[in-house]
Amino acid sequence: MASVPISEDSRFGLRRQVRLAGPLHLSSGARLGPIDIAYETYGAMNADKSNVILICHALTGDQYVASDHPVTGKPGWWWRMVGPGKPVDAARHFIICSNVIGSCMGSSGPASVDPGTGEPYAMRFPVLTIADMVRAQAALLDHLGVDRLTAVIGGSMGGMQALTWPTLFPDRVESCVVIASTARHSAQNIAFHEVGRQAIMADPHWRGGDYYADGQIPSAGLAVARMAAHITYLSEAGLTEKFGRRLQGRDAKTFGFDADFQVESYLRHQGLSFVDRFDANSYLYITRAMDYYDIAEDHGGSLARAFAATGARFCLVSFDTDWLYPTAESRVIVHALNAGGAQASFVELSSPFGHDAFLLECPELNRVVDGFLRGGRA
Amino acid sequence: MSAALRPDLALIARTVRQSARVLDVGCGDGALMAALRDNAGADARGLELDGSNVAAAVGRGLSVVQGDADTDLRYYPDASFDYAILSQTLQTTRRPDLVVEELLRIAAQAFVSFPNFAHWRGRISLLWGGRMPVTRLLPDTWYDTLNIHHVTVDDFRALVKERGWHIDGQWFLKGDKETTHANANLFAEHAVFLLRK
Repeated sequence: MASVPISEDSRFGLRRQVRLAGPLHLSSGARLGPIDIAYETYGAMNADKSNVILICHALTGDQYVASDHPVTGKPGWWWRMVGPGKPVDAARHFIICSNVIGSCMGSSGPASVDPGTGEPYAMRFPVLTIADMVRAQAALLDHLGVDRLTAVIGGSMGGMQALTWPTLFPDRVESCVVIASTARHSAQNIAFHEVGRQAIMADPHWRGGDYYADGQIPSAGLAVARMAAHITYLSEAGLTEKFGRRLQGRDAKTFGFDADFQVESYLRHQGLSFVDRFDANSYLYITRAMDYYDIAEDHGGSLARAFAATGARFCLVSFDTDWLYPTAESRVIVHALNAGGAQASFVELSSPFGHDAFLLECPELNRVVDGFLRGGRA
Repeated sequence: MSAALRPDLALIARTVRQSARVLDVGCGDGALMAALRDNAGADARGLELDGSNVAAAVGRGLSVVQGDADTDLRYYPDASFDYAILSQTLQTTRRPDLVVEELLRIAAQAFVSFPNFAHWRGRISLLWGGRMPVTRLLPDTWYDTLNIHHVTVDDFRALVKERGWHIDGQWFLKGDKETTHANANLFAEHAVFLLRK
């Protein structure tokens, strides 16, 4: 797409990358620096810098929230939420979306070269947390000259970052939109992630993470990890409606182990196409960060205390068929916010699509987010 | 805007003082909250059971949480609001007495409005027709009404007395007009009470 520079400032625009000296002080106690951050910005900051929105992406997402993906060629992953006439609109907002650290789309991660050794970090990359991802975003905002966010918005792992923002930087966030997310990873969430990690590490090509040199990547393990995770993003009813027990390109069962069923074929496709765009070690690191995520634990066991210092407004949305981060998880957050007297909105929306609903067509979601964002300026 | 409000809500909107902190329990699509915000500078929060109502209210920029008056009020801290409002919701709760107790814990004062089941039309329907009343105000049949605790003005007064709550104000409505306090239990279609502990 033709990018018309709104500003001559090279910090702003599509497909940006910056190297920040750091070091970033990580939750583990380790330090990381320098750090690369790949990001995109859309629109322009207004005179008093009061229109800045940060969009946070999910586990396998990236910074291409509203522009075509350079690898897959697909439209931005949240074009339904971010774009002309959408709740987040570059005509009104200055929008930032950055690749989380630990990922593999241009921000520092295990596939990045360790400046200390000249080799990829691989498993020598420090273990990260969601809070570390947010600290990196804050460092990017400093670089961009942004003090305060009018809103930070995310779904799933993006929602975890959005919810972490006001706990780490209570004065830098005016409002917070958390969709299909949670304040902590449950045992079930951790369990599914462990299945994915074990699939990767059991792949003989993984080799302790040192697979970057010869191009023999643990693609089978990563594909299985993706397949298992993908099931958790969908609802049982959605799978039944989409595939049922229908067979794939055949009239009868083969009495073998080909992908007889459409749902098998679909999952295999999801797994195979994923390995072309995602690094297996990044998958290990990011799922680990999600598993370590528990905002209350970081605040003496009290979720309400985590939000005590912020004056931010909150909007939480869950979906009735999401069993990965079910409505009860959002209610836990809402109750903590109510206990602290925060301005909070919460609604459970109806969708047949399970956890993935936040990425799909949902006019009610857009209506809620749009109203919430405009409500702050009333 | 308040011209379009339901009469009991308009009455409450007129009575709430400027810049108050208000919790509207069973806020519907947020019509009263919006009026209080726009006309009285209120810091209004809402609780509503129905998801599409919540979406509509949040869509108009209001802070509304989807939840249940019977179970979710306990998450609100003591004395955190100037007013709690329970309009046309009392009779739908499982334990109206406990809900009002919670309102008076959370807020300094509580508006409680409800349809008066002792209005003479209902009495005639039951006395002469022998059937549960289905009237303009109570349009639902007995088997699909949300009203599970039918209450009269005198019932409510008795509850107030029994619990030792104080009545700071009371209003009675017939249609969209205020009506006399005399024989309210017979002639009022709606009652609005302002209580404190």
